[in-house]
Amino acid sequence: MSVDVLLPSPVPVRFVAEDGTAVQPPTGYQVPAEERLLEGFRRMVVGRRFDRQATALTKQGRLAVYPSSRGQEACQIAGVLALREDDWLFPTYRDSVALVSRGLDPVEVLTLLRGGWHCGYDPVATRVAPQCTPLATQTIHAVGMADALRRKGEDGVVMAFIGDGGTSEGDFHEALNYAAVLGAPVVFFVQNNKYAISVPLAKQSAAPALAYKGIGYGIRSEQVDGNDLVAVLSVLDAAVEHARTGGGPFLVEAHTYRMDPHTNADDATRYRDRQEVERWEAADPLARLETYLRERGVLTADAVDAAHEAAEKFAAQVRQDLNADPEADPFELFEHVFAEATPQLREQRALLASELED
Amino acid sequence: MTTLSMAQALNAALRDALREDDRVLVFGEDVGPLGGVFRVTDGLTKEFGEQRCFDTPLAEAGIVGLAVGLAMGGFRPVIEMQFDAFAYPAFEQIASHVAKLRNRTRGRLSLPMVIRIPYAGGIGGVEHHCDSSEAYYAHTPGLKVVTPATADDAYWLLRDAIADPDPVVFMEPKRLYWSKGETSAGDRRAAGFGRAAVLREGRDATLVAYGPTVPVALEAAEAAARDGRDLEVVDLRTIVPFDDATVVASVRKTGRCVVIQEAQGFAGVGAEIAARVQERCFHSLAAPVLRVTGFDIPYPPPILEHSHLPDADRVLDAVDRLQFDDEPDLLHLAGEAS
Ligand SMILES: Cc1ncc(C[n+]2csc(CCOP(=O)(O)OP(=O)(O)O)c2C)c(N)n1
Ligand SMILES: [Mg+2]
Repeated sequence: MSVDVLLPSPVPVRFVAEDGTAVQPPTGYQVPAEERLLEGFRRMVVGRRFDRQATALTKQGRLAVYPSSRGQEACQIAGVLALREDDWLFPTYRDSVALVSRGLDPVEVLTLLRGGWHCGYDPVATRVAPQCTPLATQTIHAVGMADALRRKGEDGVVMAFIGDGGTSEGDFHEALNYAAVLGAPVVFFVQNNKYAISVPLAKQSAAPALAYKGIGYGIRSEQVDGNDLVAVLSVLDAAVEHARTGGGPFLVEAHTYRMDPHTNADDATRYRDRQEVERWEAADPLARLETYLRERGVLTADAVDAAHEAAEKFAAQVRQDLNADPEADPFELFEHVFAEATPQLREQRALLASELED
Repeated sequence: MTTLSMAQALNAALRDALREDDRVLVFGEDVGPLGGVFRVTDGLTKEFGEQRCFDTPLAEAGIVGLAVGLAMGGFRPVIEMQFDAFAYPAFEQIASHVAKLRNRTRGRLSLPMVIRIPYAGGIGGVEHHCDSSEAYYAHTPGLKVVTPATADDAYWLLRDAIADPDPVVFMEPKRLYWSKGETSAGDRRAAGFGRAAVLREGRDATLVAYGPTVPVALEAAEAAARDGRDLEVVDLRTIVPFDDATVVASVRKTGRCVVIQEAQGFAGVGAEIAARVQERCFHSLAAPVLRVTGFDIPYPPPILEHSHLPDADRVLDAVDRLQFDDEPDLLHLAGEAS
């Protein structure tokens, strides 16, 4: 493949300006169908409301920790809309909104952050790997899964989510190289939200953009305005299509912004000022999409109201479902270490039983 | 004497080391303006500048590898792994280079560096934030492994670790970060590097603990005292080098020993301690050396961690099995469930 084909666009691909007006996108990308954009809008409304609810539940002590994706909804939702049900997703701890949008049970999604178990949903049934905390390690798993699908003759695609900070880890680079050498049908989706906890992008990488990390491995790459759902979806559609049709891996960097602190436990005032955050309010992905769709007459005021109503209902249900302590059986601690518990684990289980009797 | 939390004592140690020795550098993830996720490096960038205390790109193998090169080049890096499990990407650097460089080069190159690792649980952390990883390092020849249990030890052990000619893995029990204690920063106290401390004297049995389980041992000893049993508590302070002399003297005196660690028990540091005590104190022992540990399971999710963590009750149960009444506890040792 020639260098030109591999290189990302020198500026992020954008379909909609911050004020909601359409701009001329670079050639080669299609505007997604109106129906999908409307669906994207509805999901973003629900996703944002869910995120806010999860943050509130954390303040009430109902979740152990919650890494918010407020401001990143265009990425969260487009990532899911670009995939088929039989495609696989390899998410991080920050991608709960994407998982809920994919239709996973919110209680099961929040099981990890609620402290009930390490993964609450069934990865096989949902084709969603456990949300990954050790940074970048999931990207190479995604390559392996993509290779597995291909070996089995399936035309599924795997999408690995990763943050800007995670791209500095060795595993990310090994994953890119493996994917390219194997020609694996995997899309690496970097949500560049400008921070890794407190560390700004400038300290993370000297690359002109993270999307340029693909070229050295022979991976086709693109960068996109991550707060423009139309653009993110369009680029991810192209990336998924590329992978699905035998083109090999694809790297997409979405420029977005983490509006909230890293998690509820973080104090972002220590490392960024309010003005910076306020500047990004103006780039809000949801308001932008709403304006765009309304001005084109695609989205009515009633539909907007309906979306918010649905979001309220969704949040109310989440609130109710999480309003009690999760059920926990201490003996489950011994159940899944191996297919069959070792004699030593059985002894330890008995020790715990005797402790609990006292 | 001032009263500091363990995190503050560590911060003071770093500050004093940076002040006294230009070769000392502090770096890692979020250790700069944020001051570290546990605030151990709070204010250091402000006071000493970006050249001396800085954020690195997010790559633990890189942090450790960079430190190796800097130490080879004459600096004294003090680096932070953000959490126990996030040091694993650096394991190759640690096991193959940090631990071995002196030996490989017949002592021509040494690595005076400190790898700080917040470790263990008890703070309701989600997976990968609560591992007890000390045994991996203790099992690696060439690494010193240190873990303080008091604010004063945190200060002095870190100062000693930074001054040490060899690499030190400095393991900070997360759940003790906020516990306060008197510290004698600036005014050297007795117990040195490589020495265990007898925190409580007793006649009936010795509890050997380190890091997060030291307060558990002390609590158990208090409770036992109310029942008329007089327990001695030994805090290892440094796992490597191991202070056989202090442990052996205690067990020879008491004739009974329980080793307490938060980590999963199998092939852990406690097994090493139990073996050493048995080898050296056989004729003084009135009962087998018992271990009280976490279970051999991946660290539990937050709502179940209390079931896993050794607490004073689990320690007291073990003390009760030390055959004070002359009845060997064969049933228990054989394993009731198997
Ligand atoms: C291997 C590893 N090192 C360190 C951490 C601690 N940690 C958790 S999130 C985070 C920042 C990640 O930033 P980024 O990749 O940009 O993702 P974001 O949180 O911004 O979504 C760090 C350092 C970790 N989870 N895994
Ligand atoms: Mg980030």
